[in-house]
Amino acid sequence: FRVEFTKVAADPSIVNLGQGLPDISPPSYVKEELANVAAVDRLNQYTRGFGHPSLVKALSQVYERVCGRKIDPLTDILVTVGGYGSLFSTIQALIEEGDEVIIIEPFYDCYEPMVKMAGAKPVFIPLRNKNDGNCASSADWVLDPGELAKKFNSKTKAIILNTPHNPIGKVFTREELQVIADLCIKHDTLCISDEVYEWLVYKGKKHIKIATLPGMWERTITIGSAGKTYSVTGWKLGWSIGPQNLIKHLQVVHQNTLYTCPTPLQEALARAFWIDYKRMDDPDCYFYSLSRELESKRDRMAQLLREVGLKPVIPDGGYFMIADVSTLNVDLSDVDGNQPYDYKFVKWMIKSKKLSAIPLSAFCGPETKGQFEKYIRFCFIKVNVLETINMGSMVKKGSCQKTTWWLVFF
Amino acid sequence: MSRPVQARRLEGVDKNIWVEFVKLAATYSTVNLGQGFPDFPPPDFLKEAFTRALSGEKHMLHQYTRAFGHPPLVKILAQLFGKLLGRELDPMTNVMVTVGAYQALFCCFQAFVDEGDEVIIIEPFFDCYEPMVKMAGGTPVFIPLRPQSVEAANADWQLDPAELASKFSERTKAIVLNSPNNPLGKVFSREELELIADLCVKHDALCISDEVYEWLVYDGKEHVRIASLRGMWDRTVSIGSAGKTFSVTGWKVGWTVGPNRLLQHLRTMHQNSVYHCATAAQEVVAQGFQREFERYGKPDSYFVQLPKEMQQKRDQLVQSLVAVGMKPIIPEGTYFLVADISEFKSDVPDVPNSDEPYDSRFAKWMVKNKGLAAIPLSAFYCGPHKNNYNSFIRFCFAKEEATLKAADDILQKWKLEKTTP
Repeated sequence: FRVEFTKVAADPSIVNLGQGLPDISPPSYVKEELANVAAVDRLNQYTRGFGHPSLVKALSQVYERVCGRKIDPLTDILVTVGGYGSLFSTIQALIEEGDEVIIIEPFYDCYEPMVKMAGAKPVFIPLRNKNDGNCASSADWVLDPGELAKKFNSKTKAIILNTPHNPIGKVFTREELQVIADLCIKHDTLCISDEVYEWLVYKGKKHIKIATLPGMWERTITIGSAGKTYSVTGWKLGWSIGPQNLIKHLQVVHQNTLYTCPTPLQEALARAFWIDYKRMDDPDCYFYSLSRELESKRDRMAQLLREVGLKPVIPDGGYFMIADVSTLNVDLSDVDGNQPYDYKFVKWMIKSKKLSAIPLSAFCGPETKGQFEKYIRFCFIKVNVLETINMGSMVKKGSCQKTTWWLVFF
Repeated sequence: MSRPVQARRLEGVDKNIWVEFVKLAATYSTVNLGQGFPDFPPPDFLKEAFTRALSGEKHMLHQYTRAFGHPPLVKILAQLFGKLLGRELDPMTNVMVTVGAYQALFCCFQAFVDEGDEVIIIEPFFDCYEPMVKMAGGTPVFIPLRPQSVEAANADWQLDPAELASKFSERTKAIVLNSPNNPLGKVFSREELELIADLCVKHDALCISDEVYEWLVYDGKEHVRIASLRGMWDRTVSIGSAGKTFSVTGWKVGWTVGPNRLLQHLRTMHQNSVYHCATAAQEVVAQGFQREFERYGKPDSYFVQLPKEMQQKRDQLVQSLVAVGMKPIIPEGTYFLVADISEFKSDVPDVPNSDEPYDSRFAKWMVKNKGLAAIPLSAFYCGPHKNNYNSFIRFCFAKEEATLKAADDILQKWKLEKTTP
């Protein structure tokens, strides 16, 4: 779906709240470090394949602190082309024909095709909304432990966990992670933990790494992303962290797929990490300040969505928010196709309201589309849109269209 | 777990010569002529473009761009390669950007090769072709380039046409062509390419054409693009590299050019593996290409100047090697040359029944004891053939004056040690 909606959203007359693309600026020191690096000649040539030495060193320091355990920069870390590249390397390294992989719905859409491409069978389990009231929170969406247990069998090679979760924004609690961990240990299953939004956790919530639970380090690959950490999605740098006996296989995939990641970006990222590593006790550390900045945008977006009659699900983490659009009862008979409700709604919204978002059924397996088709996903790491709406301004070019959309519903 | 945790596709592809030799060079070498990267700076115009791009307020430079290639880059690539191939190219469907040529190769093998398929690989070959074919479930079929005479001093090693024809079967999915060839430095002639093309057409096979050294061609030789030969456009994916074109191997920007019927599958593979490539480098490479397109064929074109400089460096290294008794094979292209080190064998005694090919042991000894890093030619042969040409090592001459001089000093000193009783 993403390629389809991205094309539409490349139209500048449409306000794009669909794709997860920040339009806030990365912190200035991140950009400065890249500019500094550009001036160093030798940094324009190949670096170490599995990760630029200064970067893996910085990552090991940051994550040693977070995880409370020793992490060897050379054997326990692989630098990849984005979190996406880490998912690919992990799945290619450890998953094959005959395997089953548990995927929690709704899921970041690449999990399914990547698992299939590795020849394995995706086994879906949905998060279920236990509270349909007006104050919906991402915490209301939970796995049924009995249902989850039934999905595990002797063929289950891995479960893919995504916390903070895209698209719902759920931050799995320690208890919830323990349920998953217990099953992984019982069935000797791996855990692929996509934690790219690890720093985007809002007040009152804490991101917990499943790899830190007893018995989990040796069976977990934890994935992180520079794009999400520093608002530089266009740098496409990510990493996989885990025990040597698993990471070594990811390294084999890496050496047979793209061999090295770009040097200047890795060096600049390493320098940015050192700056923030040194202030991890300070609230101004970017790892904490970004989530504070985004929390107000989250709240503003929720307010706006309510004002137009949608029912947002307030996320505890990440920079996406889903909203129930069925309450609007829009007439979609004009929109073509035998498609789920949310696809039709988004198409209608793009065409008539010049606003784009992503239909939630894009993030589900075939069986559950009915469950999720009344929701669409908005991205709120957008400074321009929200500030324009904030000011209620009709002065800027294009703002008229945005304000008009909101006025339609008043 | 009773069975291995890793997937079966990793079987037989875990060894990698570079991991070992790069480490050795980093530990021991004072002069590194091993791994293929320039130790001189990228051209000024590119560095300036990079600095300019970063100092501007274009913060979209730091966010995702179009997954299949940043629009300014695919546009200029379509323009330039359209001109070179003599056909109109659509930037959106005939060009795809990758994370270096390496990832382009990976996408090709994954997209086109299945279990049961055979892929013809010409030896000596850039070492990743073999594990990539295997990881895709395919079977590599090897055919050697052979020197035309015992004393052949140039890289014009040749394929035997009948032998080549015998390697094609109904299971042949593709042939991998690398011209100019790494490690040998051979530049395939039009006639040789026509031979390959005829067989591809006859057997309906694809051609994966690795042309990363397309601009590094010497002595007035011509780099002929196989995709421009009759019957070939529709069955060829041509691969290029900004790293080699603009001396920025660390930027990892590569591309594929080909017909939509083939590129559509590369796009599928790409969107399920890395999806996007980094934006900033693509923007700057696009500007570099724009500049070169405007100066194409002119004396101040980097594509004209770089091969001129490289040719001089080639000749300098050749001279150094000849002077000490190593016998270089003069390359027609790339920035590598292979030299016969038989005269120096006495320094590294042969170990009969050793698992390791002689040249590999020699290269390791040389870097540890002489501080000079180079790569054994056996690295570029499949397992069973590693001992066919085991007294050759590969040197990279994309190095500054000072580096080549330092290499010369080491070699001279070494020669002196051998002749002085």
